[in-house]
Amino acid sequence: MEKAIEVKGLKKAFKGKEVLKGVDLEVKRGEIFALLGSNGAGKTTMFRILATLLRPDGGAAIVNGFDVASKPEQVRHAISLTGQFAAVDEVLTGRENLIMIAKLRHLAQPRQVADDLLKRFGLTDAADRKPSTYSGGMRRRLDIALSLVGKPNIIFLDEPTTGLDPEARIEVWKIVKELADSGTTVFLTTQYLEEAEQLADRIAILHEGRIIAGGTLAELKKLFPQAKVEYVEKQPTLEEIFLAIIGKKEAV
Amino acid sequence: METAKSHFFSDMSVMLGRSMRHIFRSVDTIFTVCLTPIAMMLLFVYVFGGAIETGTDNYVNYLLPGILLMAIASGVAYVAYRLFLDKQRGIIERFNSMPIARSTMLWGHVLTSVVSNVISIAVIILVALAMGFRSSAGILSWLAVAGILVLFTLALTWIAAIAGLSAKTVEGASAFSYPLIFLPFISSAFVPTESMPAVVRAFAENQPVTSIVETIRALLSNQPVGNDIWVALAWCIGISIVAYAFAVRAYNRHSAQ
Repeated sequence: MEKAIEVKGLKKAFKGKEVLKGVDLEVKRGEIFALLGSNGAGKTTMFRILATLLRPDGGAAIVNGFDVASKPEQVRHAISLTGQFAAVDEVLTGRENLIMIAKLRHLAQPRQVADDLLKRFGLTDAADRKPSTYSGGMRRRLDIALSLVGKPNIIFLDEPTTGLDPEARIEVWKIVKELADSGTTVFLTTQYLEEAEQLADRIAILHEGRIIAGGTLAELKKLFPQAKVEYVEKQPTLEEIFLAIIGKKEAV
Repeated sequence: METAKSHFFSDMSVMLGRSMRHIFRSVDTIFTVCLTPIAMMLLFVYVFGGAIETGTDNYVNYLLPGILLMAIASGVAYVAYRLFLDKQRGIIERFNSMPIARSTMLWGHVLTSVVSNVISIAVIILVALAMGFRSSAGILSWLAVAGILVLFTLALTWIAAIAGLSAKTVEGASAFSYPLIFLPFISSAFVPTESMPAVVRAFAENQPVTSIVETIRALLSNQPVGNDIWVALAWCIGISIVAYAFAVRAYNRHSAQ
């Protein structure tokens, strides 16, 4: 089974308003796939259908070899959902959150699994605090750690870096790359073009309910007229300046 | 392949553990729930009680069943509140994208509601004992009282679940409980129904609280329960079944809109 996700002619309407108008896409096993689109393009709807939270009106979506509409339970065994709309429990501590999910995934040693993930995501010191005391980056790391409990084959990341500061964003990117290196398929949505450029093996652009372009970054670049050589003074971006200063401060 | 159903009970106990932690990390909610019924009990016993003719010499004994039902009615509002927060914060979505039976999440909340209400009822009974409540009931009668109170809690909790799942705001989630808290006033909980005008009396005698109150009162004072216990059971079980069906529907509608 080479394809992790296969979507054909997917349609969904809410109260007569068409949100997805026949989406086709394929995600290969082990790749990072980015779905780009502005707000309201249908990214979240797409995600909710693939994560079995929403039934499509038409077309088919196959995740890990199973149809989301007719075999949702098998799909749920293979996937995990993170971000915007899949929250952490605010009353439980970080460790308790992880143990709870490990128990719900029926793992043999929930505590061990929690400890390993806390260590891997640098949350050991914060393990016994509530997520409400975490920084934005720590929350997101806990969120992603929760999704990795039970080693699902496919991970859905909904806008994984929205609202994060640049450092935390780079940290999340690193985690995502490591995930893909270990063979996990990562399907993410983002509004940041740079994020897709940095991370994704392949990119699809969802616009008004349809995929209007897709492929590798190189393929997408070919859609534009050939690059012409131009002399441009390279100014550092504010982000580069920010990171350079922060980095210097930490080195002192 | 193993199915979600084969793990129903272990999943439910994880969910129960989760919402019990929520309760025990905000113990004040349990005492807040006790506060109004206890204040009512003090008010009725020491202020109005002298002027109320119930035909018994111990007004605390007369009053206690209605006070307990009132406590349950205000206690279940927290279920609505917690379910609403789970829905709003998206934790339901995380659970729903996992291979677990969907109703375990609801059952976790409902059983937690039963446990927390049992605690508040115990606190209120202790206060009542201090105020002069005495019962000659035997262990079987007490068990029957406990059983009816648990059934009543279940019935109201499922109503609370509907409210929590379909509410649009936090205030809306708990607003449903006000009429329920008020219901004991228009029943035989505080005063005998005989003194009420005909229409009010007809309502008071035929609404669920009266039959439940009469049953508990009879059990606690070692009187024959008569037909009241069957009417009470029918109300509790009937409301539970109907409310459960609507709660599950509200849950599925929320999860698959």
